[in-house]
Amino acid sequence: MSNVRVLVGTRKGAFILESDGKREKWNVTGPHFPGWELYHVKGSPADPNRLYASQSTGWHGQVIQRSNDGGKTWEPVSNKFAYDGVTGTHQWYDGTPHPWEFKRVWHLEPSLKDPDTVYAGIEDAAIFRSTDAGQNWHELKGLREHGSGPRWQPGAGGLCLHTILLDPVDPKRIFIAISAAGAFRTDDGGETWRPINKGLHSEYIPEATADVGHCVHRIAMHPSRPKVLFMQKHWDVMRSDDAGDSWKEVSGNLPTDFGFVIDVHSHEPETIYVVPITSDQFHFPPDGKLRVYRSRSGGNEWEPLEKGLPQKDCYVNVLRDAMAVDSLDSCGIYFGTTGGQVYASKDAGDNWAPIVRDLPAVLSVEVQTLA
Amino acid sequence: MIRVELPSHLRTLARVTGEVQLEVPAPVTQRSILDALEAKYPTLCGTIRDHATKQRRPFIRFFACSEDFSHESIDAPVPDPVARGVEPFLVVGAIAGG
Repeated sequence: MSNVRVLVGTRKGAFILESDGKREKWNVTGPHFPGWELYHVKGSPADPNRLYASQSTGWHGQVIQRSNDGGKTWEPVSNKFAYDGVTGTHQWYDGTPHPWEFKRVWHLEPSLKDPDTVYAGIEDAAIFRSTDAGQNWHELKGLREHGSGPRWQPGAGGLCLHTILLDPVDPKRIFIAISAAGAFRTDDGGETWRPINKGLHSEYIPEATADVGHCVHRIAMHPSRPKVLFMQKHWDVMRSDDAGDSWKEVSGNLPTDFGFVIDVHSHEPETIYVVPITSDQFHFPPDGKLRVYRSRSGGNEWEPLEKGLPQKDCYVNVLRDAMAVDSLDSCGIYFGTTGGQVYASKDAGDNWAPIVRDLPAVLSVEVQTLA
Repeated sequence: MIRVELPSHLRTLARVTGEVQLEVPAPVTQRSILDALEAKYPTLCGTIRDHATKQRRPFIRFFACSEDFSHESIDAPVPDPVARGVEPFLVVGAIAGG
């Protein structure tokens, strides 16, 4: 029987939750790196025991940790993220030029094929790659230098590159997203990049349909259909059927289309999940009711999923990297909240239960389905 | 031997307990102490001072002999009791966060 390992990054450490395929009893270990912010922890698809973790504090900056035994032991690897060449400036919140400065690693995306190759999305926005398991990091500077960089402006959380999607069919194609610059794609392994924001409409920026400047919160893809992308933008849930060349809104009947997470059912490429959040002014669910919304039609028609989730006095948030799915049958859905709960559904969202409920604020959730 | 006291997070990261002892050639300065510290414990690189600029991280302070040396020149000699190993050189995480 398969096992499931859930990797949880929080404001005060990392936690690893493990269960057998029944997903009823969970063993929780941690905190790993207690007291540090763990923006992201993710395992290699090529070697599930190889994990990477992004650890940081305001005092001591960035540390990258690597495990070769599924998180039982860890070793720090290089934390040197040096921009390649002259960095220039991006826009600051007030529109003035601001020099590019490394702050932290938001997201680590291991290669689909090689456990020693891993990508890092950082703040201020750039993408780095290591091909030696984190011992050395090199910027793919074509992204930062493609031309629109001086117009990028940070979102409230900073100018962060938070999403990295590796195309399982075309190894040279990578999608990334930056708050608040938008989505970008490379088709040549990271040498050159172009914005893929056509169809996005953001009323809060000077030109609502500009090529860059959109606050993309998260992009998701089903591995069987890498040209179909789903996006939770600041406001609006979007869909692309042409690898990001164009987008259309699929918010449909959602109670609010503001939110952070979005993910795809592991066996049904048209079944997607979001967690609607009231607004950018109120980072909590509408009416104090925590509800996941599911669309079985790739968007537009949405149904609320609430069984087992708090439907009264709930004012948590679900951050952009805090939802994931397993690949068991039936598909398990997991998400973490800023209140420290990790909720799981082992029946594709019909029923939910907390598998742990008093952690520090959850920043990220990743799931490994282990043979 | 130069004695260096690290904050708890950095002791954990460097996998040490208690004070760290370093061989530092004279003249002993903040820079030479930190160079020796990072050479012996490479995992501390970037956690006390910036990789490239070597500037002290904003929430790190340096104390010795009950005085704050954070704003002294990093190339100035440290107090004699630190250079002789009588007093420790303290790397301190600033009290911050409300």
